[in-house]
Amino acid sequence: MPRLIARSPLEDVLPLAVEGAVLTEVALDRATCIAPFRGRERAAGAALKEIGLAFPAPGCSARKGEARILWWGRGQALLIGAAPPPALAGIAALTEQGDGLAGLRLEGPLAEAALARLVPIDLRPKAFPAEATARTLLFHMTCTITRLGPEAFEILVMRSMGRTAVHDLAGAMRAVAARQG
Amino acid sequence: MRIEGRGLVNRARPMGFTFDGQAFIGAEGDTLASALLANGVRLVARSFKYHRPRGIWGAGSEEPNALVTVGEGARQTPNVRATVQELHDGLVARSQNRWPTLAHDLGAVNDLLAPFLGAGFYYKTFMWPRAFWERVYEPLIRRAAGLGALSGLPETARYDRAWAFCDLLVIGAGPTGLMAALAAAEAGADVILADEDSLMGGRLNGDSGEVDGLPGHLWAARTVERLAGMENVRLMPRTTVTGAYDQGTYGALERVGLHLADPHPDVPLEIFWRIVARRAILAAGAIERPIAFPSNDRPGIMSAAAVRTYLNRYGVAPGKSVTLFCNNDGAHATARDLAAAGVRVAAVIDTRAEARIEGDFPVFPGGSVVATGGRHGLQEITIRHAGGQRSLWTDCLAVSGGWNPTLHLTCHMNGRPVWDEAIAAFVPVPGSVPGLAAAGAARGVFSTAGCLEDGLAAAREALGELDLSPPRLEAPRAEDGRYAIAPVWHVEGLGRKGGRAWLDLQNDVTVKDVRLAAQEGFASVEHMKRYTTQGMAPDQGKTSNVAALAVLADATGRGIAQTGTTTFRPPFVPVTIAAMGAGAHGKGFAPERFTTSHRAAVERNAPMLEAGLWYRPAWFPRPGESTWRESCDREVLMVRESVGVTDVSTLGKIDIQGKDAGAFLDLVYTNTFSTLPVGRVRYGLMLREDGFVMDDGTSARLAEDHFVMTTTTAAAGLVMRHLDFVHQCLVPQMDVRLVSVTEAWAQFAVAGPKARALLDTVLDEPLGADEFPFMACGPRRIAGVEGRLFRISFSGELGYEVAVPARYGESLFRLLVAQAESLGGGAYGLEALNVLRIEKGFITHAEIHGRTTAFDLGLERMVSPGKDCIGKAAAQRPGLHGPHREQLVGLRPLRPAEGITAGAHLFREHAAAVSDNDEGYVTSVCFSPTLGTWLGLGFLVNGRARHGETVRLVDHLRHLEVRCEVTDPVFLDPGGGRMRA
Repeated sequence: MPRLIARSPLEDVLPLAVEGAVLTEVALDRATCIAPFRGRERAAGAALKEIGLAFPAPGCSARKGEARILWWGRGQALLIGAAPPPALAGIAALTEQGDGLAGLRLEGPLAEAALARLVPIDLRPKAFPAEATARTLLFHMTCTITRLGPEAFEILVMRSMGRTAVHDLAGAMRAVAARQG
Repeated sequence: MRIEGRGLVNRARPMGFTFDGQAFIGAEGDTLASALLANGVRLVARSFKYHRPRGIWGAGSEEPNALVTVGEGARQTPNVRATVQELHDGLVARSQNRWPTLAHDLGAVNDLLAPFLGAGFYYKTFMWPRAFWERVYEPLIRRAAGLGALSGLPETARYDRAWAFCDLLVIGAGPTGLMAALAAAEAGADVILADEDSLMGGRLNGDSGEVDGLPGHLWAARTVERLAGMENVRLMPRTTVTGAYDQGTYGALERVGLHLADPHPDVPLEIFWRIVARRAILAAGAIERPIAFPSNDRPGIMSAAAVRTYLNRYGVAPGKSVTLFCNNDGAHATARDLAAAGVRVAAVIDTRAEARIEGDFPVFPGGSVVATGGRHGLQEITIRHAGGQRSLWTDCLAVSGGWNPTLHLTCHMNGRPVWDEAIAAFVPVPGSVPGLAAAGAARGVFSTAGCLEDGLAAAREALGELDLSPPRLEAPRAEDGRYAIAPVWHVEGLGRKGGRAWLDLQNDVTVKDVRLAAQEGFASVEHMKRYTTQGMAPDQGKTSNVAALAVLADATGRGIAQTGTTTFRPPFVPVTIAAMGAGAHGKGFAPERFTTSHRAAVERNAPMLEAGLWYRPAWFPRPGESTWRESCDREVLMVRESVGVTDVSTLGKIDIQGKDAGAFLDLVYTNTFSTLPVGRVRYGLMLREDGFVMDDGTSARLAEDHFVMTTTTAAAGLVMRHLDFVHQCLVPQMDVRLVSVTEAWAQFAVAGPKARALLDTVLDEPLGADEFPFMACGPRRIAGVEGRLFRISFSGELGYEVAVPARYGESLFRLLVAQAESLGGGAYGLEALNVLRIEKGFITHAEIHGRTTAFDLGLERMVSPGKDCIGKAAAQRPGLHGPHREQLVGLRPLRPAEGITAGAHLFREHAAAVSDNDEGYVTSVCFSPTLGTWLGLGFLVNGRARHGETVRLVDHLRHLEVRCEVTDPVFLDPGGGRMRA
C-alpha cells in the first residue's frame, strides 16, 4: 500500500535573508479554527483551560508551551501546535486549517520597516506589542500577522498564495536593506 | 555666476552634467537649476502654447517654467522641475517642447498666431469643416500638446509604497515646522517631520537673517541634528506631503533614488507614503507671487526670494546687474544681500510712493516696470516713475508681488480659504481638514519670530489634543518685521504696443485672456479657470491664481473676497503613477494562486489558464500532439472510455457546522438540504436577493450538524461574503458557523468507466459495487491518510472526487495519474473538462452570468415550493417568467464540422441579422469528439418550445454565419445512466 508524501507550502523558496532581516517558513502541523456555537463562548473558554489557554480577546494571542492560540476574527480563534481539547466537541465548530495556510516568520532589525511596505496597519511596538495579532492585508492578499518579539513577526497567508507572499516580502526586504547601504 | 565664499553647496565636490548636450560643472548640493544659473545658462525651456523662450523663475517645487527631461532610456523622465532635481554626477538633462533646438524653435510660429490662439480658442476655431475635427485638427492638436515625452519603454526601476503612523505629522521644516516638531518631540509625542527639500530649514536656508544669534541656516542645521538624535522623531526630507485624506491620512511622495548617480537596483526611486497621524500641523510656508507687467516672462525675470535663495544657499548670482521690482518691504532684502555679496544692483523699483530703502543703488519709489527687452534673455527694462520714463540695462529682474500662504492641503476636503485684507492674501479656515492646523507663513504669519512662536503655539495646541503635557520651551529670538505691502496685481503697459502681461506661465495665460473671459460672460472664477485654463497646468496655478482672480475681480467690478477662489485637489505636486502603483506591475499585479498539483502539471508541459487568480492546466500535451485540439479531443475520449484525473481543488469549499446548518442551507439554496441524509451530496442552486442565479454547486452532509458546500472557483469569495452577510445580518439567531476550507483540502476528480478500478488502488478499503452509490459521500482513508470521498460527476461518466489534506495533494495527484496511465487514461485539463460538461448540458458561469434566472436555465423545479429562500420573492416578479424569456437550449450546427463561436447571436432562419431581430445568444461552444460535431449552449427566446427548429447563428465580429438546430441542452446520455453505473 503506497503512502502519501507530505510537502510544506514553501519548502523550496525559503529561507531567504538580506542584511538586517531573515524570512523563514513556520511549520504549521496543526492549526484548528475554533468557532464556539451560540451562547457557548464561556464553555469553550472552560474547555480550553484544559490545555492552559483561554479564548483570546480581539487582537490578542497567547502561548502555553508548544500550543498557541490567536484571535482569528469575529467569534473565532486559531489554535496552533496542539490538538483541540476533546471537551470542545459539540461546543464549537472545529475546522482544520493547518494545511490551508502557509506560515512565515520575519525577523531582524529591518523587519518592521519591510512590513511597512506591505501591511497597512500600525505595527509600532506601542500599538502592536508582543502577542498582538491582526487579520489584515499583506499587500494584495489577506493575512494574519502576529508580533512574536521586539523584532519578530509571524505571518500566515493562504497556502496557494505563499509564493506570491514570499515574492512581495523579498522585494520589501531587499528595498529596505538597500536603503541602509 | 558663482560668488566666492557664499552658499551652502560643497564646491570641493564638483559634479559633471549635461544640458542639451552641452557639458557643465556643478557642485554637490546644487539643484539642476542652481547649477545652470551658476554656469550662466538662462534659457531653459519653451512655453506650452506659444513656445516663448523661458528661464528659471523660482527655486522650489512651484517652478512654472523650468521643466526639463532628465535621464535616458527607460530612466527618461519628462517634466522634471529643474529647481527640484538635485544634481548628481553624470546627470543628463534636455529641454522640452522645442524643435529643432531650444534656441531655434519652429514652434515659436505659434506666438505669431497668438491673436487666434487666445482663451477658449478651440471653441471658436477648428469648427469647420466638421469632418476635419476628428481626422485633422484633433490629431494635430494632440501631437502639439504636452511638454515632455515618455520614453515608451517599460518601467524597470523599483518604486515602493509604504505606511507610517505617528502622533503628530509636521508638514514643512522651516522655522515654524522645526519649532513645532521640537516642542512635540520634547513632550514625548511620536513625531514625523516631513519637508520636500533635501535640506531642512525652509527660508532659513535662503535668507540671511539670524535666529538666536546664529545664522538662520546654522540654527536650522543644529535643530535638525537635535531632532535626529531623538528616538521618537522620524525625519523625512525629500518628502512632499501631497494630499490630505480622511481620518488623518496623508499621502506623501518621497524622492529616494532620483538624486543618486548610480542607485542600487533595489533602491526605490520614489516611495509613495500613506501617513496616518492623530494630529498634523501644516507649516508649509508661503509662495512668493509675481506682478504681471508687459513681457514679464523673459528668461532672467525671477522671484525676488528665489534670487536670495540662489545667492545665500547656492552661492549663485543669477545675473551681473540685478534689478528689484516689488511692492513690499521684505523684498528689499534681495537688494541688500546682493549688494553685500558684491553683486551690482542696477535699481530698486517699488510701486509704493512712500517706500524707503537704504543702499548704494538707484531707487524708484512709486515706479513700475512697463516693458522689457531681450528675446533669449533679459537685457533691458523700461521703468515708468514719477519723473517720467527711462530704460535700464539689466540681465536679471527680481520680482516680488507679496506672498501667498501655501494652504493647498487645507482645501483637499472641499474647504475654501478666506481673503485677509491686511496681508492681501488668502488664509486657511481652521477646521477645514479635521485634525490639521496651519501655522506660520502657511496661515499668514510672515516674520521669522512670528513663525517660531506660531510653530510652538501650534505644537502646544496639538499636544493638548493628544493628552500630552507641553514642554518647557521658548521660541528663540529672530527678526520681527512688519509685513508692509500695497497690493499690485497688474501694471498697464505703454499703449497698444506694450507686450502681453503673463499670469499663468505654465499654460501661457495672459491678463488679456482673463479679461476676455470676463467679457464673454465667464465671470465666475470657476468658469474663468476652465475657459482660460489658468491654474490647470501641473503647477496648479501656484504662482498665478491670486493675480488671475484679482484681474477677474477688477474686470467684473468686484472685490477679491467677493470673487472667491477655486479649490485645490490632491496631489500638491505631480506624483509618478509608478509610485502610486508600486509593486503592482509584472508578477506583482495580483497574487498567483497555485494548486498542489501545479509542479506536476508544469513538468508535463501543460499550458496554464488563469481562473480567479488560480493557475489551472488547460491540457496535457503528449508526444506527437501538435495542436491543443488533438490533446483536448484525446482527453475527452480518454475520460469517456477509460479514466481521467483532474485537479478540482480550486473550487470554493465552505465548512458549515451547527444545529441550524440545515436550516441555513434551506434559506440560501432554492432546494431543500435539511432533509438530505448524512453521507449524501445534493446539487443546489443559489439566488441573489433580486432573484437571479448567483451560483450553483453541491453541498455534502458529513454529519447531522456538518455540511461542506462547494462553489464555483471564481465565485468562492463572493459566496463566502454572501453567506457571512446572510448569517450576520439576516439570520443572526441561527446557530451556524461558516469557515472557508478551500485551501485546506486538495481535491481531484477521477472520472470514467474505470474510475472505481483506479480508486480501489489508492483507497485503504476498496469500494464495493453498491456501497457508494451516486451522490454518496463520506470519510475514507486514502493511501494511509484521512480524507474524504464524494461520488459526484461533472463529466457525466462514473465519477468521484477524492480529497486529502493539502500537504498530500501533490503526492496523491502524481499517484492517481500514474495509476490512470496504466489503465489507458491520464490527466486531463480545463479544455477537456469544458467539452465533457457541455456534452452533458451542465451549466457554468458562462450560463450563470448574472442575468439568468432559474426559469431561464430550466431549473425552476429546483425552487422548492414548500419553503422560502433568498431571492424567491424577487424571482416571481412579472417579466421573469414566460415565453418571452431567453431560455437555455442546446445548439447543433446542421453541418457538424462547421465551427460555432460563443458570443454569437441567434436569429430566425429567414430574418435579417439585425438587433431588432435578435432572439438570443450563445454562451458555450466546443467540438465534441464523442458525438463528432460542434455543440453549443445558449439562450433563445421561448427556447424550450422550439426544439427541432433551425435558427441562424451569426457572429458579427468574427464574420460567421451557421445554421443550427435547437435541441435539448443535454446532448449525451440524457438519462444519466453512465453516471449512476
